[in-house]
Amino acid sequence: MLRDITLGQYYQADSVIHRLDPRVKLSATVLFIISLFIVDNFIGYIIAAVFLACMVKISGVPFRFMVKGMKSIVFLLLIAVVFNLFLTPGEAVVTVWKLTVTKEGIRIAVMMAVRLVFLIIGSSLMTLTTTPNNLTDGMEKLMAPLKIFRVPVHEVAMMMSIALRFIPILLEETDKIMKAQIARGADFESGSLIKKAKGMIPLLVPLFISAFRRANDLAMAMEARCYRGGEHRTKMKPLVYQKRDRLGYLVMFIYLAACIYFGRIFRIQEFIR
Amino acid sequence: MAIILDHVSHIYEEGTAMEAAALKDVNLVIPDGQFIGLIGHTGSGKSTLVQHLNGLMKPTSGSIYYNGADIHTDGFDKKNLRSKVGLVFQYPEHQLFEIDVFKDVCFGPRNMGLEEKEVELRAYEALKQVGLEDEYFYQSPFDLSGGQKRRVAIAGVLAMKPEVLILDEPTAGLDPKGRDEILDQIALLRKKTGITVVLVSHSMEDVAKYVDRIVVMNQGCVMYDDEPGMVFRHYKELEQVGLAAPQVTYIMQELKKKGLDVDTDVITIEEARDGILKALKR
Repeated sequence: MLRDITLGQYYQADSVIHRLDPRVKLSATVLFIISLFIVDNFIGYIIAAVFLACMVKISGVPFRFMVKGMKSIVFLLLIAVVFNLFLTPGEAVVTVWKLTVTKEGIRIAVMMAVRLVFLIIGSSLMTLTTTPNNLTDGMEKLMAPLKIFRVPVHEVAMMMSIALRFIPILLEETDKIMKAQIARGADFESGSLIKKAKGMIPLLVPLFISAFRRANDLAMAMEARCYRGGEHRTKMKPLVYQKRDRLGYLVMFIYLAACIYFGRIFRIQEFIR
Repeated sequence: MAIILDHVSHIYEEGTAMEAAALKDVNLVIPDGQFIGLIGHTGSGKSTLVQHLNGLMKPTSGSIYYNGADIHTDGFDKKNLRSKVGLVFQYPEHQLFEIDVFKDVCFGPRNMGLEEKEVELRAYEALKQVGLEDEYFYQSPFDLSGGQKRRVAIAGVLAMKPEVLILDEPTAGLDPKGRDEILDQIALLRKKTGITVVLVSHSMEDVAKYVDRIVVMNQGCVMYDDEPGMVFRHYKELEQVGLAAPQVTYIMQELKKKGLDVDTDVITIEEARDGILKALKR
């Protein structure tokens, strides 16, 4: 039932992208998202598409795993496309009843859709190739400068990794409790909205209790191991940049430069024409 | 009147890299009134199997019949099936949610759409059946001890008056006293009502003295399906799949090897004692 959810799921494979330092992947993802918003012409999107396709290929993650992540945004995507299509003023192409599809509307809608799709694929590529632990390690390192402003970076990273770690556990727990209550004749599907909401009580109460119990156990276990936050803590596997990581940064900046360069040039040509 | 499994297979995440066969071509008949022990090592598919019996899981291939009707045909009343085939999950105390014990036990029968009076009668009866004292009825289920919570959860299923009671590792995490109490109560209940019981466990020792029949699961297949004494004859093979026969089996086998003519098919310590005494007198 709930096994199908692929939130932040890691896909085990042996590829250069999997082995990259999480800091590289994190900054690359941020840069990739920025590049999607810098670019607003055809050539730019082709560059982004080719780049993304290469990365997916190298990562060795089957493409359908990326598509799985897309299911969750289909609705959002549809709204964005429909609204842009009909509500952008400009040169009319087709008029249906009171709604007018404009040339600008089509352009913006397509751009929006492509951006969103690329954005999801790009970021799910990161989560699919990086273990949650690695990811939070990388974040902690990247955000380390914020310590100057008294941001509890280590604590935030720790909370994030704990939260991520608990997602599959709680999903499994939900599945189990749901089945146990169905076995006692509970009905989670039919009935009015209010009845459905009331029907969730037998699921939510045990789930919350179990979540608190687990949190308590974990806190106790950390306490027993004398955990005391970020001060003077060392890592068993500290993050160290390798040659491939520097290469990764280089590839990323070449890509970003290409995006900016071709974006500008092409726009000027269009302007001249 | 029975549950019949006909060539049932179940594959998790079919068509992905994580594909795993949990059940492979399982054929099983569970006749009325039998006390069956379903034994298997962790991951042998026993929990998956019992979830098929009340239609919580659908087999990838094969069919399941309850009283002659295929439970996965359209229009089959699954809700009714679930009240007839009561399933108590592992650690059932984790499903408790009501503000007091009595209300929690009422949940099952109330879902069946019974009259309020009938619901309460059944809840009371079920709580008595699991041996919980009246003083606990209006306490929060979360204030009870582990063993008491588990009884409340079992009562929650019993209150639906199932014809078949399936218990998935009902003694996991309990101390020896709590374990014996729960198992004795189930045996007593079965004697009184003639209900069919399927007891899932990984310990032969636990189930040996109660059950009429043992089904041994290994890697999704039924390995042995016979009376306890007959199954324990295969104690060497059982060891290879991570299980063990009761200790008396080992003693009797060892005695026989040493030349004492004893019956090796005994199950309980009492039977073993009598067998040894008889052999010595001879």
